[in-house]
Amino acid sequence: MRSLIDTGDPLLRVYLTGFVLALVLTIIPVGLVTLNLLPETTALAVIAVLAVVQMGVHLHYFLHLDFSASERNNLLTLAFTAVIMVIMAGGTVWILYNLHYRMMA
Amino acid sequence: MAHATATTEQYAELLQEEQKHQLDERAFGFWLYLMSDALIFSLLFATYAVMVGRTAGGPQAHGLFDLRYTFGETMLLLFSSTTFGLAGLSIRAKNKGAVLFWLAVTFLLGAGFVGMEINEFHGMVVAGAAPERSGFLSAFFTLVATHGLHVTCGLVWIVVLGAEVLRKGLTAPVASRIHRLGLFWHFLDIIWIAIFSVVYLPGSF
Repeated sequence: MRSLIDTGDPLLRVYLTGFVLALVLTIIPVGLVTLNLLPETTALAVIAVLAVVQMGVHLHYFLHLDFSASERNNLLTLAFTAVIMVIMAGGTVWILYNLHYRMMA
Repeated sequence: MAHATATTEQYAELLQEEQKHQLDERAFGFWLYLMSDALIFSLLFATYAVMVGRTAGGPQAHGLFDLRYTFGETMLLLFSSTTFGLAGLSIRAKNKGAVLFWLAVTFLLGAGFVGMEINEFHGMVVAGAAPERSGFLSAFFTLVATHGLHVTCGLVWIVVLGAEVLRKGLTAPVASRIHRLGLFWHFLDIIWIAIFSVVYLPGSF
């Protein structure tokens, strides 16, 4: 019976590091919200920052994205997608909140 | 004779190189699909952000969600991402039994997530917070259920690839399919981080 985990594989450390980091980055915002440690606006900003950091952790430790040559195309398309996201999603929110403000004023 | 063997070996090497190249290209094509999927999700998030206050006198985000419950869902997905990683490690170790074991564990964790989500939706609908109640709830159900549907597709995919591993073994094409399923699975976990941070955490103050 072979062991279910190949402990000699360097990738094992990568996955476990990613797991622990993601766990910490999830528990901090949950603690912030349940214990009411910060005023709401500050807490929301912290949550947003931690979410982006955790996405980075997942991209690097689980999807193995980095700045190496083999990952260049993946990284470029991700960057391009991020730009389109900011324009389309951010733009939608901006325009509609502005419209709402003008209609209610 | 020695010359002929060398040529055959060279051919085999070339073929292997060509196959690896093809599989790499497929992984990149799949990555492009994931990026377009991410765009769809980003617009569902934008819709939710616009709709979150439009409750039409119905239930609000505050007080509607149970953070402990969704924290449980988050943990299931995070654990399943890690166990999928272990399935990938087992492919590198050419350990077929371990690959099947970790795929099965990942499936169970993912099924637990989908089950929890269906239970949550059912409870909301029973409590009068159905999708048709308000713009906020329509946007909520569209966003979260689209993610849930993706996870459900991922579960079907795990079963199909598990059967392939059983029948064909860990051949290069099968391994590369599992690699692409892994991309999909980890991607869904990233989308969930966004849902947890945009929908559930702000809604739980």
